[in-house]
Formats: sequence, structure tokens, C-alpha cells
Amino acid sequence: MGMTMTQKILASHAGKDKVVVGELIMANLDLVLGNDVTSPVAIKEFEKAGCKGVFDCEKIALVMDHFTPNKDIKAAEQTKLVREFAGKRNIKHYYDVGEMGVEHALLPEKGLVVSGDLVIGADSHTCTYGALGAFSTGVGSTDMAAGMSYGKAWFKVPSAIRFNLTGKLSKWVSGKDVILHIIGMIGVDGALYKSMEFSGEGVSSLSIDDRFTICNMAIEAGAKNGIFPVDKVTLEYIKNHSKRAPVIFNADDDAEYEKTIDIDLSKVESTIAFPHLPSNTKTFSEFSEIKIDQVVIGSCTNGRYSDFEKAAKIIKGKKVAKGIRVLIIPATQKIFLQMAEKGLTKIFVDAGCAVSTPTCGPCLGGHMGILAKGERSLATTNRNFVGRMGHPESEVYLCSPEVAAASALTGYITHPSKI
Amino acid sequence: MKITGKAIKYGDNVDTDVIIPARYLNTSDPKELASHCMEDIDKTFVSRVKKGDIMVGGFNFGCGSSREHAPIAIKESGISCVVAKSFARIFYRNAINTGLAIVEFDQEIEEGDELEIDFDGGILINKTKGTKGIFPPFPDFLKNIIEKGGLMPSLK
Repeated sequence: MGMTMTQKILASHAGKDKVVVGELIMANLDLVLGNDVTSPVAIKEFEKAGCKGVFDCEKIALVMDHFTPNKDIKAAEQTKLVREFAGKRNIKHYYDVGEMGVEHALLPEKGLVVSGDLVIGADSHTCTYGALGAFSTGVGSTDMAAGMSYGKAWFKVPSAIRFNLTGKLSKWVSGKDVILHIIGMIGVDGALYKSMEFSGEGVSSLSIDDRFTICNMAIEAGAKNGIFPVDKVTLEYIKNHSKRAPVIFNADDDAEYEKTIDIDLSKVESTIAFPHLPSNTKTFSEFSEIKIDQVVIGSCTNGRYSDFEKAAKIIKGKKVAKGIRVLIIPATQKIFLQMAEKGLTKIFVDAGCAVSTPTCGPCLGGHMGILAKGERSLATTNRNFVGRMGHPESEVYLCSPEVAAASALTGYITHPSKI
Repeated sequence: MKITGKAIKYGDNVDTDVIIPARYLNTSDPKELASHCMEDIDKTFVSRVKKGDIMVGGFNFGCGSSREHAPIAIKESGISCVVAKSFARIFYRNAINTGLAIVEFDQEIEEGDELEIDFDGGILINKTKGTKGIFPPFPDFLKNIIEKGGLMPSLK
């Protein structure tokens, strides 16, 4: 029996020719990631265990993105602790305000992840880098501490679900709709402990940003990781962003999958996840007018340049609906600058949107757009759990940048074709 | 190891945002985290939880964020063990790595049931219902981590 793409990457990093489903392995890490919320806990564990040093000061990335620019004194203390650790341990990839971005947009942009890598991050959306043909997964702070110290992590080799993609996405539909459609189909634990491996002739039509968005939300189906095969699109992206050489792993022809799910991309519609689970999805024919108080376009899911480009096309020359707050949060400094240079920032500001520097901010109810009791936000973010963006009695609806932009103009959840 | 305690029951998909909302993640102090544990879905939890109580969930317990603050908050609140039909994978890792006892158990348990858990034997006795069930023990690999007192000491 052959191996899946994920199993091959795990085997190669555990120094094995072959691994089987359920096997527990100790694997070598190419990169260990933490942010301003999870790193302080990891650093305390690291110091408590009396670790002598880090395994490799060039293979650790510390990104201060969640509560930054610091929202309060406690958050400032947390970041200070990480900043001091990074200085003391000579961490090469420490990113603070001014150069930081939302971690899962920043790391690929900086070329820190390439195909074939094994990456752990103390952030659940670390699974994003599967878009590049890497194995990457979210862990907790203690795993991060051990990773920083020993360069290793334990894994249970996962089984996999194959998503066979065919066709091409239709107008107004993008990667976010694909992953919301899939989560709606299989549920928030539909891929629990498993890999989601995407394959098929439909892959080639998906942009790298669509793939980032799709892999980013694999965790929302409970998956260990999401992963795309490496093709021209991947190699082009890596060539433009990294000096490191990608290592290509392909699934064996006789690899075993728990099941194969066919997804015809041409049939995927604009999809919205209603409160309070990402699996609670509906398409436009299934609901009527839903009024909103706030729109957020940003996050590690949909805060990339192409997301703002799509939104700007819809918003250009128009005004946001009266009474609606619209927050535009580019995920990295590079995207922020690119938006200014290409005139997107002017389009958004002229329309009445607030444009911020990078932060995870409102996505996790941290700061920069918290909801009051009874308020409703439409967001391109990844979770709509109870209280996720603020008051426990507020609501979050998840959508694509296209739907978010259209809805910003009308004040209720609107299909972009209506604009 | 054996523990006994009263069940405090929640449903399926208990996510880490309700276990400890992100607005409190500007600290990693266990006591402060525990003082807000579960408050968005159960304002009474903090006042009624007693040392040794057992938290019971349905499927996919601990889904969402990777925040280790979630098992830390639960453990510090006095909960001795979480029993659920299934666990989200990062929460599962974090519980093992931080020493919060967890059990995957598929039988129904009601709020207030008196439970006895025998970890070595893999047996859960529901004293209130008078029923008994088994659960799979941890594989040796994970037992080693737990016995050595967590991930960091096990790697030394």
C-alpha cells in the first residue's frame, strides 16, 4: 500500500522509508512558529524546563500579530516578554510592529515555508502552508517549547480524505466559498485527526491565494492538515518569494484514502457560514435579508492582496451603506503598501471604509472592531463561535471578500452580482 | 490512578473561545484564566465548580484555537478530568502535554452524575446510573509522556 502526500512528508522527516496510519513518530521540524498570545506560555515552559538554547535560531518564527499594536498593558507585557526572549536567543525571524503581518500570510510571503517542509505553529491556522505542498499543523505552546528546544515534535500518522476537484470556479466565487462548501458538507469534525488532500484537474485553475484560504480553514473541519499537490502555480510562487529549494512529494498512485469526495468547482456558489459554527452554511437561495452592523475584510484567511483587489473592484466609486462600519485590514505590511501604491487604499477610504495596518484584531475578538450585544458582523475571517468577535450575544457570519464588499454597500448580506 | 467526581455537562463542539474567550488571552496566569472559564456559555460554572468535578462534553470537545490557555483554565478551575465522545486534535495534544486528564468515552452521562474513573483499567463507573463502561487506554508512547510529567521532561 502506498502513502499519501502527508504520510510521505512525515516519513521523510522521521527518517523512515514508510509510515502507516496510526503510527506514532518523532519528526524533525523545518520551522517552529508562535505569536504574541501563544509564545509567552511556550517561553515560560522553555525556561522552566531549563533548556540550554534553541535548536536553530533561523528555524523559529515569532510573529507579534494578535493583540498588536498592543491593545492594553497586559498585552504589552506579553509582547515584551517575547521580544526579550527573541533578543536573548538571537531569533532571526522575530517580527514586531512595523514589519509584522498576520502570521500565516507573512511566513509564505517572507519565503520561510517551501514545498516539502514540516512546520508546527502554536496557532491553529498553521495548516495554511499546505497550499505550498508542505505539511503544517497547529499545536499548543508546550509543543512549541519542545520544538524550539529540540527541533522535534510527535505525530500520530493521519489517514486522509481526498477531495477530487474538477471544473473551474464561476464568477464571484473563490477559495473561501470552496472551503465553506466543504465544511458545510462534512461538518466541523468531518475530517477530525485526518489530512484533507486536494487533487484533481481542478487544482490547476485555483490561484495560490485560493489554496491558502482553503488550507487555512482545514482546521475548521477538525483536520490535522490540508494539502495541495505542487504544480506550476506553487513553484512560481516559491521562486518569487524564497531562496530555498522546494522538495516535491507526490501521493502514491495506490495511496489509501478513507474516502474520496468529488467537488465540481463550477457548481460551488457564494457560501455564508451562519452563527455559531463554520459548518452552518447557506447559499443565497436559502435566506432572505440579513442586516449587518459591521464588515471585516482581512485575517489569515482572506487578508491577501488579491482579496482586496476583488473587494475594491466592487466598492470602487461607491459609498458604504449608512450606519455600517467597514474594516479593511491587509494581512502584511507589503500588502498594505501595495494597496496604497495601486490605489486600493483610496478606493476604500473614499467609500467610507477604515483601513488599518496588519493585526488579527477583530477576528478573535481581540481589539479593533469588537461587537456590542446584539450586533452582527459579516467577516472574511474563519470562525463564528459564540462571542468570537465580542459580546457573547453578538453574531458573526463568514463569507468571501466578494460578498463582504457587496454587503458593505447595501448594509445586508448581498450577492456581488446584485451590485 | 483513580478519581471520583460529579459531572458538569456541556454539548457537542465546545470550542476554545467559550472555554476561555480571547479577550482574556492577554494573560497566561492560570488563576486569572480560570476565573473566566466557560463564562460565555455558562456564567455559573466558575461559582459552582468544585475541586475534583469532571467536565463532560459531546463530540469534538475543544475545537478551534490552539490556545493552551484552554486546558490550563479548565485544570486550574478544579476540574480533575474531561470526559468527551471525541476531542479536537490540538486540544487532545495540549491536554496530554500539560497534564490535564482526558478520557474518550461514548456513553451518555447526565449533569450531576457521580463518576468514578479508573485510568489504569480503562473503566468508567457511573455511580448515579449504576452503569459501567470501558475506554481505550493511551498508547505506550503517550503514556510515557504522561508518566514523565509532560512533554518537556519526557524529551530530556
